[in-house]
Amino acid sequence: MSVDKSAKPSKLRWGELDEDDGEDLDFLLPPKQVIGPDENGIKKVIEYKFNDDGNKVKITTTTRVRKLAKARLSKRAVERRNWAKFGDAVHEEVGSRLTMVSTEEILLERPRAPGTKAEESKIAGDNLAQLGKGGAVLMVCRACGKKGDHWTSRCPYKDLAQPTETFIDKPAATETAMATSGATKGAYVPPSLRAGAERTVGSDMRRRNEENSVRVTNLSEDTREPDLHELFHTFGPVSRVYVAIDQKTGVSRGFGFVNFVNKEDAERAINKLNGYGYDNLILRVEWATPRSN
Amino acid sequence: MRPILMKGHERPLTFLKYNREGDLLVSCAKDHNPTVWFADNGERLGTYRGHNGAVWCCDVSRDSMLLITASADQSVKLWNVQTGAQLYTFSFNSPARSVDFSVGDKLAVITTDPFMGVTSAINVKSIADDPSQQSGESVLTITGPTGRINRAVWGPLNKTIISAGEDSVIRIWDSETGKLLKESTPEVGHKKQITSLTKSADGSHFLTGSLDKSAKLWDTRTLTLIKTYATERPVNAVAMSPLLDHVVLGGGQDASSVTTTDHRAGKFEAKFYNKVLQEEIGGVKGHFGPINALAFNPDGKRLALHIDDHLSGNAGTIRWPIFVGMMWCANVEMGSTSFSSGGEDGYVRLHHFDPDYFSIKI
Repeated sequence: MSVDKSAKPSKLRWGELDEDDGEDLDFLLPPKQVIGPDENGIKKVIEYKFNDDGNKVKITTTTRVRKLAKARLSKRAVERRNWAKFGDAVHEEVGSRLTMVSTEEILLERPRAPGTKAEESKIAGDNLAQLGKGGAVLMVCRACGKKGDHWTSRCPYKDLAQPTETFIDKPAATETAMATSGATKGAYVPPSLRAGAERTVGSDMRRRNEENSVRVTNLSEDTREPDLHELFHTFGPVSRVYVAIDQKTGVSRGFGFVNFVNKEDAERAINKLNGYGYDNLILRVEWATPRSN
Repeated sequence: MRPILMKGHERPLTFLKYNREGDLLVSCAKDHNPTVWFADNGERLGTYRGHNGAVWCCDVSRDSMLLITASADQSVKLWNVQTGAQLYTFSFNSPARSVDFSVGDKLAVITTDPFMGVTSAINVKSIADDPSQQSGESVLTITGPTGRINRAVWGPLNKTIISAGEDSVIRIWDSETGKLLKESTPEVGHKKQITSLTKSADGSHFLTGSLDKSAKLWDTRTLTLIKTYATERPVNAVAMSPLLDHVVLGGGQDASSVTTTDHRAGKFEAKFYNKVLQEEIGGVKGHFGPINALAFNPDGKRLALHIDDHLSGNAGTIRWPIFVGMMWCANVEMGSTSFSSGGEDGYVRLHHFDPDYFSIKI
């Protein structure tokens, strides 16, 4: 460095320059110039630099500084801006970080996004209307057999009247349960087989699940029930979506079932989606075959 | 929006106050040091050291030179806003709960709590122009309401004093004689303790928040109930937008049960309501404890636009005509109207609204 300084910059040979590679040669450059901002707000900054090839380049940065609107800032507020700190603020540690900008974006959360809720209920209404049109009554209470009035879980007569079929089944179930419990004393009896348990539920559920049921296989592992619902609900009202999940690993087993309310919808879904590329796998969609037992 | 978090207090916040121009924000907390912040970027300007108890309330004079603080150490202090110097101390024989400068800053109304046999009182003190001439004499002392008086403010033209407190009754007093002029009736009034009271920008109406999970809007002169805003949380703090017909309510479940429940159950958002339609507009989340203090920047809509467009930047050649009119970098700050909230969690959160806030439709 000292050698360089003693030698006149103009006489500096390029060969020497290459030797002390990485040395700061900025002293060779003309100083940085700032021009403006002029009355048009144009500000020019002229800088000189060596580029990667060692050539001197002139960099002109032209900036226009515009003040579009006058900030309504009172003079006194500006004055106050320059007030000296006092109290504890005087010897504030640099790292104390008393004032931070939230890392989280906070939004004014609307109680409901404008219009959304109304729309949702409209769609639901449409669905129900559609069902009514199609002639199929979706809402059948399994407890009292009433159609289109309430769901089974909301049945007002649930406590009053036991469904007849369970009445008939029950004594038999109790008998068998007693018999088994007598035979293998102390062995585990699953709740569904215990005395008093409603035996019919299982078969009833299965029967229900087989209505207009479509089996979907070759699903990717990431596919979940909402995804399937999203895929299938465009064809018509869907009453059930199920994706088989391995109980141990929690990973999808690659197949699932979709039940449609209307058979025609299910048919259309099969025609459309069989062989459909979904999540880089080719879906296989077919009628679910009833379980053979 | 990305709120600015100010962690200057070690204890729950109690009160927030902007100065008139809205460039300074004073925060009071249960720790003993009121703090002043720059309201635009949340930088701490200073602290006022001298109180020996929780500071419940404060007010800033119109010229932003004088600060008055009410503290549980049974004193009310006057401060120089700029230097943090203590100018005068009013001593009481019970904790001071609220203060409010009159129009003109010649008078201050101070409420004191019931304490050790002393009943609660509303005291009017005259404020001298020169702090050295200041006397501690009360111009007027009003007693009567049972229980704590949580807030007392001046009515129009300093002719009346409006007070509200633990007995859930709003009273309007004559500020000359101390006579009770009007009081709210139990039918229309709050059912539980009134925690906060704030006047509109023009003073024509005021808003009260109560632990009965509602806020009510009243006419200042006639004390008629104008609107009721029902919410599902006890209301600790209320604020009114100086610009739009918006009302903000803050609160949340009782501080003692906060740790036992999920923070979502606490309902610690600040809730915005349409002042006229009484309908909820939205909520602003963030605090981990109930909101104790709310304040709107009185400045109104301040429009600050900084546009810096790099027209050109290229080595060797000046190519700027090509880039004329093309903005490379534009920082547009718009409508820096803000509101701040102080919570039991010790944070002050300063929210600068996004531009779309100003065009919210119900």
